[in-house]
Amino acid sequence: MGLGLLASRALRPAASRLLRYPPRHGLARAIGSTPERQSPEASAAQAQPDPAPELPPRKPVAGARVHLPNPEDAIEVFVDGYPVKIPKGMTVLQACEVAGVDIPRFCYHNRLSIAGNCRMCLVEVEKSPKPVASCAMPALPGMKIKTDTPIAKKAREGVMEFLLMNHPLDCPICDQGGECDLQDQSMAFGSDRGRFTEVKRSVVDKNLGPLVKTVMTRCIQCTRCVRFATEIAGVQDLGVLGRGSGEEIGTYVEKLMTSELSGNVIDICPVGALTSKPFAFKARNWELKGTETIDVTDAVGSNIRIDSRGPEVLRILPRLNEDINEEWISDKTRFCYDGLKRQRLNDPMIRGADGRFQAVSWHDALAMVGEVIHKVGPEEIVGVAGKLSDAESMMALKDFLNRMGSNNVMCEGNGKHPNADLRSGYIMNTGIAGLEKADVFLLVGTQPRVEAAMVNARIRKTVRATHAKVGYIGPPTDSNYDHEHLGTGPQTLTELAEGRHPFCSTLKNAKNPAIIVGAGLFEREDSDAIFSAIETIAKNGNVVRPDWNGYNVLLLHAAQAAALDLGLVPQSPDSIKSAKFVYLMGADDINLKDIPDDAFVVYQGHHGDQSVYRANVILPASAFSEKEGTYENTEGCIQQTLPAVPTVGDARDDWKIVRALSEVAGVQLPYDSVGGIRSRIWTVAPNLVSVDEREPTTFSTTTMRPNTNQKISPNDFGMAVENFYMTDAITRASKIMAQCSAMLLKK
Amino acid sequence: MLARLAAKRLHEIRHVFRQSPQVSRSLSTALNYHIDSPDNNPDLPWEFSDANKSKVKEIMSHYPSNYKQSAVIPLLDLAQQQHGGWLPVSAMNAVAKVIEVAPIRVFEVATFYSMFNRTKVGKYHLLVCGTTPCMIRGSREIESALLKHLGVKRNEVTKDGLFSVGEMECMGCCVNAPMITVADYSNGSEGYTYNYYEDVTPERVVEIVELLRRGEKLPPGTQNPKRTKCGPEGGNTTLLSEPKPPLCRDLDAC
Repeated sequence: MGLGLLASRALRPAASRLLRYPPRHGLARAIGSTPERQSPEASAAQAQPDPAPELPPRKPVAGARVHLPNPEDAIEVFVDGYPVKIPKGMTVLQACEVAGVDIPRFCYHNRLSIAGNCRMCLVEVEKSPKPVASCAMPALPGMKIKTDTPIAKKAREGVMEFLLMNHPLDCPICDQGGECDLQDQSMAFGSDRGRFTEVKRSVVDKNLGPLVKTVMTRCIQCTRCVRFATEIAGVQDLGVLGRGSGEEIGTYVEKLMTSELSGNVIDICPVGALTSKPFAFKARNWELKGTETIDVTDAVGSNIRIDSRGPEVLRILPRLNEDINEEWISDKTRFCYDGLKRQRLNDPMIRGADGRFQAVSWHDALAMVGEVIHKVGPEEIVGVAGKLSDAESMMALKDFLNRMGSNNVMCEGNGKHPNADLRSGYIMNTGIAGLEKADVFLLVGTQPRVEAAMVNARIRKTVRATHAKVGYIGPPTDSNYDHEHLGTGPQTLTELAEGRHPFCSTLKNAKNPAIIVGAGLFEREDSDAIFSAIETIAKNGNVVRPDWNGYNVLLLHAAQAAALDLGLVPQSPDSIKSAKFVYLMGADDINLKDIPDDAFVVYQGHHGDQSVYRANVILPASAFSEKEGTYENTEGCIQQTLPAVPTVGDARDDWKIVRALSEVAGVQLPYDSVGGIRSRIWTVAPNLVSVDEREPTTFSTTTMRPNTNQKISPNDFGMAVENFYMTDAITRASKIMAQCSAMLLKK
Repeated sequence: MLARLAAKRLHEIRHVFRQSPQVSRSLSTALNYHIDSPDNNPDLPWEFSDANKSKVKEIMSHYPSNYKQSAVIPLLDLAQQQHGGWLPVSAMNAVAKVIEVAPIRVFEVATFYSMFNRTKVGKYHLLVCGTTPCMIRGSREIESALLKHLGVKRNEVTKDGLFSVGEMECMGCCVNAPMITVADYSNGSEGYTYNYYEDVTPERVVEIVELLRRGEKLPPGTQNPKRTKCGPEGGNTTLLSEPKPPLCRDLDAC
């Protein structure tokens, strides 16, 4: 919220007012160190030449935008005499924000319901006998709101004094120090002393699990966390217990917070009551360097900020992106960072005759790989890109292997027969934000809660707001919104396709139906038949129309969409079983038993994970926090990571390794800069270079697919993600994620 | 000047710390969080008795079907009466199931209201009013007389499980202060009574306890024989005649 800025803004007028009136001796507070206050005459002379303009131009706070859907519904209010036009139904606080006045607040959060219990946002309204809580007061036409009057200031000061009464004032040992709303606002709006001399209350700390640390004595009962848990996370565990001075936040019965979004309560807590347990006492926020980048642990591509100090990633925070993650991120995104420091590969290594790895120089490692790759036939070379690969490295890998004569390049998770022909067949055509317009959801073989927590939060938001219906086909799952479990496998799907299922009429009557298909189905042998059944359902339910495309595939990994865009489709599906040379670029989830025993395996990646045990040569690469890479998320939005920390040891960027290897192998790739490789990508998939944009797909999906003669097997759909907290090399290396899966997953 | 101020402040601070350790006087009978114990844990089965099930249905019929959660307070009250005056966690869970909300929403209500007891109370739960009028008229003596006679602390149950003493805020009987309330849970929710005993004295409350122990009925209300209901002691001193009828204009005159 930029409260530091806010504080300085609030302090400035106070200072200038002090100058305007001569100090009243005896009453004026003498504490202060600013030179102006110490010698008022000198500074008064200085301040006189620039008289304050009557109505300074104002900008809305934090880019607050007003959308007037209906110009007749607009009303005009006056904030400190400055007229603003706002739509009917806005609160006084929102009107003030539009007018460029930031009202202090603790309990109000624009994504949560209004509680109105902290009273910090009191403002004066003309003709109102008392100050009003602006967050809960609807703005009325012609209202004259005053935010800068002595009454409003006194009210805030009084509220702040009461809030600080039972607050421990342990800022020096509090992790929130430096980014604490209470700290900032007490500087800006509070008094310099309190009158409370009694004993402060204390509250027993709660155990909310391995992620959220609680110091409940610091709590000011804003109830943001309670509302977040109830409304957005959908786990009704937290509540306000007791009353009066004994009031506290808790779960009553001992209960961990088993939500995949629980980390967000750390962000919304305005004080240090809920802080990050793994980050506790690690650093102060002003020591950290923030790098705005994106998350790659799932296919959502949540916008994050990596906070680092020196070579160490210390924490990950969400960034606001209304179209993708709003302002939340999942716990996996937030707490996977300690996996970046463990199990890392830092030197090129070659497995010796004794079966042990030996660290070698890049030169030797590349020379060995370059030598071996020429000894095998072109059709015996297979390349597999991993879940976390960026588009640049996948492009380089494909180009390299193509130059070696092989076209067996694939990306794990896309199955044996990926259908890369139609882009609309593998991305989320509606878009994540677009899901809010849907009124019926059909989830086929997907559990968004574990596969893409942010998409799930969006579905939950829609279900809560519009009572959209959700039908689900798949194994029984723990969902946090009402859903109708239609069936467990393809049989239900066939019934739906043939129109025999009662849910068909719901789909047909829907205005904007959305079908969400899990990418776990890519791995099935009968994926083509299943997808054609789904397309029949889409056709019958009128899901794809010129004005609405409700056909969505929810991908699992960050690399999947870009891999399909770049055409990482293996020439023969079972090529890996007859391979002599396997190039694994961060691929850790392939079935290692498929690789023949005599095959030479090169593992290029950043973590010593499963595939390393089979590798003959290890080429260390950099992780997403250390490189600049392009990723495409499940809705086809192109985003880039930025390096936040230096790489570990002798590791290099993925595409650079492939480029160097191509030179050693004698098939030099024609690019040697990121710009060069991006222009190569542009020739293959032009959408991948327009960052932060979504290339819309072509409209038709249903008619252009080739007919398939596959039979749908009766096997039930499986769970694509067994353990939400551990899905890739980084999260598997993370200690925090291990604790989470031990403590939070239901047995 | 400064030294004197500092000394005064130090004295104040010392004074604060010298006070008895029981600084906060908890009105509720329990902590705001639950600790599992053999007689109070979520695994114990609990449901409304058959007689109370029809009462539950009757209570639920007062509220629209989409606002079932409105029934939380009457249902908690019923559950408390059925369970001998207090609410174990499993009873609150049972209520949550009936009104179809998450259990925490019921815990919130139960912890908010001090008349919901979340720890064991006696069959006769004696509540001494501690608000200003009663306090001026000697409620502290009454409480200490009760505690001394029963040999317990506040919110503690006697060994025979018959009595417990709690404090309650104003029950609106200030005219006959001081007063106590006896919540009688000895006969389940059918024979549940909640009676006021007013104009009590330290001797009289002990007598009341003994009467209750013997199972005798005693009339609720004022314990001052010279007083009828909340009238003045020894009969009225004012308003002795019939009140004058309200003034009315002479209707025949027009």
